[in-house]
Amino acid sequence: MGLSPFNLLFAELEVGQHLYWQFGNIKVHGQVFITSWILLGALIAFVVVGTKKMERDPKGMQNLLEFLWDYIRDLARTQIGEKVYRDWMPFIGTLFLFVFVSNWGGALVPWRLIHLPSGELGAPTADINTTIALALLVSLSYFYAGLSNKGLRYFEYYVHPTPIMLPFKILEDFTKPLSLSFRLFGNILADELVVAVLVFLVPLALPIPVMFLGLFTSAIQALIFATLAAYYIGEAVEEHH
Amino acid sequence: MASFILFGAEGGLFDLDATLPLMAVQVVLLTFILNSLFFKPVGKVVEEREGYVFKSRAEAKKKLAEVQTLEADLKQQLKEARQSAQSVINEAEEDSNKLYQEALSLATSEANASREQARREIDSQKDSAINQLKRDSDQLGDLIVQRLLAEK
Repeated sequence: MGLSPFNLLFAELEVGQHLYWQFGNIKVHGQVFITSWILLGALIAFVVVGTKKMERDPKGMQNLLEFLWDYIRDLARTQIGEKVYRDWMPFIGTLFLFVFVSNWGGALVPWRLIHLPSGELGAPTADINTTIALALLVSLSYFYAGLSNKGLRYFEYYVHPTPIMLPFKILEDFTKPLSLSFRLFGNILADELVVAVLVFLVPLALPIPVMFLGLFTSAIQALIFATLAAYYIGEAVEEHH
Repeated sequence: MASFILFGAEGGLFDLDATLPLMAVQVVLLTFILNSLFFKPVGKVVEEREGYVFKSRAEAKKKLAEVQTLEADLKQQLKEARQSAQSVINEAEEDSNKLYQEALSLATSEANASREQARREIDSQKDSAINQLKRDSDQLGDLIVQRLLAEK
């Protein structure tokens, strides 16, 4: 890399560099898995501790977990509908929790203190592989939801008000995962980059408010991702009359 | 330079590899783990509580309805008791009135009868006295007439 101002700026950011783990001839991004295992381990530990002593009169962490559960149930119920939301609630909730924990974990944990031989630790959702994986899971699940609930009648959806809609609906099947994955990826990566660049330019005064904004957008992105996933599933299982 | 960052020969922002399917598998696993550790147990507790609250409310409503019917019943009984007490009082009053009237009329008729008898006695005595007087005056007259005739 040359010494243009652009490179100086990003010299320590190491954008687009990864810690490769090689298994046979397949390669994976190690930094994504390290952070996701730490964050998911924390999430699972939190859930295990919180559900250890469940009572009818909730105390302490049970309150928080029940609030979370209620929030996810409302989300799933309003988007998917009363009939089948129960089947999809764990999936929607997992998406929400995974994206939320990844975003906030990436923003709040000082990963920069840990040095890797290549690349750097950060939010798992700032890696395009993660977001595409999530988006494809959503695509698979809404197809599965539609087909398992309505059988082949699911495809009526493609010609629903009129057959003119057919090309648009087919196009939607591609744009849905694309927009889901790139929205999340772009937002989280942009947030990380903005904070990193601002830290280089101005210490504390500017990065900290931007970090708070980043926390806000991170939470919103988790909500958007889960809501859209639930909406797509709801659209697939909806009965047309 | 920018293209190196985006699509570098080794890496780049859009470097798709086995991370994608492995991450998908990891998320699916996480879904099952969270389902058994979080969604199922918390859902059970929350739904049990909702059921408990619903049942308690229904029971309370039923009890309230029971209390209301009991209250109405008792009110009805109270009203009936008041009515019967009133009717007993009325009857007693009527009875005593009747007894009073009877006693009064008896006393009145007795007084009337004794007064009538007294009057009749007075009348008969008066009559006899008048008759006596008449007879006496007749005798006296006769006597006067005889004497006058004898003197002549």
